[in-house]
Amino acid sequence: MPRRTMIEAIREAMDVMMSRDDDVVVFGEDVGYFGGVFRASQGLQAKYGKSRCFDTPISELGIVGAAVGMAAYGLKPCVEIQFADYMYPAYDQIVSEAARLRYRSNGQFTCPVVVRMPTGGGIFGGQTHSQSPEALFTHVCGIKTVVPSNPSDAKGLLIAAIEDPDPVIFLEPKRLYNGPFDGHHDRPVTPWSKHDLGEVAEGHYTVPLGRAAIRRQGEAVTILAYGTMVHVAESAAAETGIDAEIIDLRTLLPLDLDTIEASVKKTGRCVIVHEATLTSGFGAELCALVQTRCFYHLEAPIARVAGWDTPYPHAQEWDYFPGPARVSRALAETLEA
Amino acid sequence: MTGNAPLSLHVPEPAVRPGDTPDFSNIRIPRAGQVARPEVDVDAEAIRDLAFSVIRVLNRDGEAVGPWAGLLSDDELLEGLRHMMTLRAFDARMQMAQRQGKTSFYMQHMGEEAVSCAFRKALSPGDMNFPTYRQAGLLIAGGYSLVDMACQIYSNTHDPLKGRQLPVMYSSREHGFFSISGNLATQYIQAVGWAMASAIKNDTKIAVGWIGDGATAESDFHAALVFASTYRAPVVLNIVNNQWAISTFQGIARGGSGTFAARGLGFGIPALRVDGNDYLAVHAVAKWACERARRNLGPTLVEHVTYRVGAHSTSDDPAGYRPKTESEAWPLGDPVIRLKNHLIARGAWSEERHKQTEAEILDTVISAQKEAESFGTLHSEQRPSARDMFEGVFSQMPPHLRRQRQEAGV
Repeated sequence: MPRRTMIEAIREAMDVMMSRDDDVVVFGEDVGYFGGVFRASQGLQAKYGKSRCFDTPISELGIVGAAVGMAAYGLKPCVEIQFADYMYPAYDQIVSEAARLRYRSNGQFTCPVVVRMPTGGGIFGGQTHSQSPEALFTHVCGIKTVVPSNPSDAKGLLIAAIEDPDPVIFLEPKRLYNGPFDGHHDRPVTPWSKHDLGEVAEGHYTVPLGRAAIRRQGEAVTILAYGTMVHVAESAAAETGIDAEIIDLRTLLPLDLDTIEASVKKTGRCVIVHEATLTSGFGAELCALVQTRCFYHLEAPIARVAGWDTPYPHAQEWDYFPGPARVSRALAETLEA
Repeated sequence: MTGNAPLSLHVPEPAVRPGDTPDFSNIRIPRAGQVARPEVDVDAEAIRDLAFSVIRVLNRDGEAVGPWAGLLSDDELLEGLRHMMTLRAFDARMQMAQRQGKTSFYMQHMGEEAVSCAFRKALSPGDMNFPTYRQAGLLIAGGYSLVDMACQIYSNTHDPLKGRQLPVMYSSREHGFFSISGNLATQYIQAVGWAMASAIKNDTKIAVGWIGDGATAESDFHAALVFASTYRAPVVLNIVNNQWAISTFQGIARGGSGTFAARGLGFGIPALRVDGNDYLAVHAVAKWACERARRNLGPTLVEHVTYRVGAHSTSDDPAGYRPKTESEAWPLGDPVIRLKNHLIARGAWSEERHKQTEAEILDTVISAQKEAESFGTLHSEQRPSARDMFEGVFSQMPPHLRRQRQEAGV
């Protein structure tokens, strides 16, 4: 099977869907001729023409608002917000429009729109190119939120997202675009070509939304993670020698609660890891669900490892980033409790 | 020291407030028939003056005059009159029903009936409107059922939207009427997106966006104009300037620009102002703008100059922010009376027939209302089930909603 970077996998997903379905259109800032600042749409305009892959004015509101109208017409727009940090002007169109259209019109109009956004830090992007706003989406009724952690999933999840009849927020951890970053920023980058999950099947396949994957089987503690933090968790487990079971959530909403529940009931311990800030982060929801479902199986308090409640800093990026050392410490504390 | 006086903030004020004598002398109104009718493929630059004038067809004597006249037959005009009268009668009944506690909220059109009723007649099957809450004339003139409208307002068991939306936030894909959000301005850019989709698919359908004077201040308005201009989307972008955004006069949103239509000029979009109380003028301008869109000539911005005679909604009292008699001083008159007078002047109508028709329409509206009420009103037992509440959030109910529905015991 060919090995691909996550960017190539995402491009393949759009390519596959554009070739299968004339209603799929791709647009955003710098997305057309240039192929996007991360090159996710490179070559798509040349292949499918300017009316199916094009540049837009710098207006996130305009990109998503136009996509909602196109979806109401019957198209399936897959649009790019250049950085998740820039999505706020589009938030009303996502929350009040895309998310509610099916419900408020009793199904007369639907909104099969995918909004792709590079998310997360680790590239010295400072506060405007590093945020992880997933909890702002999972709190909204009527949209699905997906965060892939590797090229193989990214392609299958994005195809599933484009085929989904409802709006999907597709958050792409940009630090994973070129390799499985494990949080050791001072070590050489491992490329996806050396990782099993860099193997991306040709053509059309889906990874269903709403299903988690167990990345490492273990007995001692369950780690709930998604995106970049899956690899950070793997590195922490390897370095501490702790027999952790690592669950890659892949889709935050709908959430694969059955897989989570079975694992925590087995291990009796749970550490939740995300890069987004702690307070009211998605970890809070996970924590509440785990304690409700697994309270009598828990041997220790549920731990959360997350970004500090500060804006994403520039110079202090690695003091902010919840790396393997912090995850390892939380694992040890959870086992000792 | 610069020698300048200290800075001070300018906050615009309407010419008059409650207790003052209404004054519309600042509104420049050209004579009917005075404004030229350009070819539809005209360059936006060549018609800049149309963004500062007012296209009018009906003169004070009830005659249709000038280059925008002559498009509609007697029968078509009589039908238009009936639509406006139906909307007005329906509004009166629903306003009363709200006061009787049969629903939570209502918004009437009094004074603005011509805008949506006349515009609708310029559209073709398959075209899509992205309306605000004061364009129900699009539905009535499009043949939508009054019973369905009332059922939506009552949120009863026959509500096409299953009780999920505030009253008057209708939706009818079949009638080219996009689901009203209730959030302002969001639908403007969506109309542009819909029009872009039609162009992408090499279709023949066009989209129509609607916005109020106040909501043009939202950034969605700007985004819509940028996208419409950039992609030359087949869309007509309407601004209904009814002078008041709840209690805020139009000068607060308009600021220093001469007119709302003038906002289109910076985008290279042909921009026209039309007498929104003149059924013939609205229809003629709508035809012109729709033809531009259909011929792939791109977007048109149309400012409908009108006046909101009633309150914004059942939740405000205009006496708190404008003179009580202001609507009587509005210089563009009443759209129903003006069309009636025109039809009489044409010899196609009489006061007697008008009165008779008014009574017939009232009967029709009351019987539709009664039928709707047989399916329940807001606080009656007949309402959509609590189980319905959990349906339709997604195409398929995800596990967490299934669990919550179980917990709710419905």
